[in-house]
Amino acid sequence: MLRDLPLPSHERIITSWGSGEDAALWTIDSERAGILTVDFITPVSDDPLTWGQIAAANSLSDVFAMGGKPFVALNIVGFPTKTLELDVLKDVLRGGQEKVAEAGAFLLGGHSVDDREPKYGLVVYGEVRQDSLWKVTGARPGDLLLLTKPVGTGIVATAVKADMVEDEASRTEAARWMTTLNDLPRRLSPDECRMVHACTDVTGFGLAGHALDMLSEGGLKLTLGIGDIPLLPGVLGLASSGLIPAGTYSNRIAYQDRVKDPSKHDDILMDMVFDAQTSGGLLIALGREDAERLLPKIRSFGFDRTAVIGEFSEGDGTIEITDAL
Amino acid sequence: MSETFVVDARGLSCPQPVIETRKALEKHSGGPVEVLVDTVTSRENVARYGESHGWKVAREDTEDGFKVSFTR
Repeated sequence: MLRDLPLPSHERIITSWGSGEDAALWTIDSERAGILTVDFITPVSDDPLTWGQIAAANSLSDVFAMGGKPFVALNIVGFPTKTLELDVLKDVLRGGQEKVAEAGAFLLGGHSVDDREPKYGLVVYGEVRQDSLWKVTGARPGDLLLLTKPVGTGIVATAVKADMVEDEASRTEAARWMTTLNDLPRRLSPDECRMVHACTDVTGFGLAGHALDMLSEGGLKLTLGIGDIPLLPGVLGLASSGLIPAGTYSNRIAYQDRVKDPSKHDDILMDMVFDAQTSGGLLIALGREDAERLLPKIRSFGFDRTAVIGEFSEGDGTIEITDAL
Repeated sequence: MSETFVVDARGLSCPQPVIETRKALEKHSGGPVEVLVDTVTSRENVARYGESHGWKVAREDTEDGFKVSFTR
């Protein structure tokens, strides 16, 4: 959208929208970089507190995905004051505040407008050490790709809207994972943070879209084990019942040319590769030994569904689907 | 053969067409049922719903969208 506008340039600016980043990144001093990001979403849960938590976790994730630690945050709110009780908004904001505090950051204010459809999110400022900044690109041939949360939140959210959830665990697990902070930079040691070659978070463009971003510098391909992808409970059944959000179909159309599937997996399985996520997990590229060392550690932090789902090799910027690694 | 029951789900966004399809298929469980939609997303979603619930499903292009037909 910003493509036709002049690119900002300044000696302290490291990246802006020109390189496809969501966040602004700039040099503070020789050791630190600042990260500024904004995100807001429409409701993905019937429970206001849960929705507030999810929206905040989703916003904070942009800082975590760069290896950063959030410091301060502001609320952005659209709320229909004529049709919904203000107590609902209080619960949304309480959920957001809880997640900001859990992230070790401080919620200091915000701005709200009257809006027919509720919206909530955060502006987040965070900082990262320049030597442990995680970029979207930078994976190397031989690296393994880890995913820290199960996929399927787009499909489950659609099923919730349709009131067609069959297994209650689909709903509770989706809510649990969407409210889980991607706070690995706060949990890993500085040495472990420096092991990461590249990282991004899985959101609206789905696993395929965000994994393709990691290949965007060229020279690499990713072999993705479709059977290795952690899934939310019941999500395959919901997909076969036609509870696929429009965003998941548009992801498939946008990315299918760059996602090779020589053994022609079932459409329902392939939906997992394209499903648009809210507050999805981190995709982390690590050397094989580091991946094997960090995997049990990451699981022990509560990301117990973390799995190795892919392997990078020299190639043409595409994803190749295989049964399992 | 009983008369075809038609659901017009054009202009509805997901998952509403699937909800309408489910209602129609449950009510007219012997079929045939036709659902009119105007996006590929809705066409695939309602077709999948039918297929996963034991219906024979046919997809057809129409002037302003798609027709999905359900028979037993």
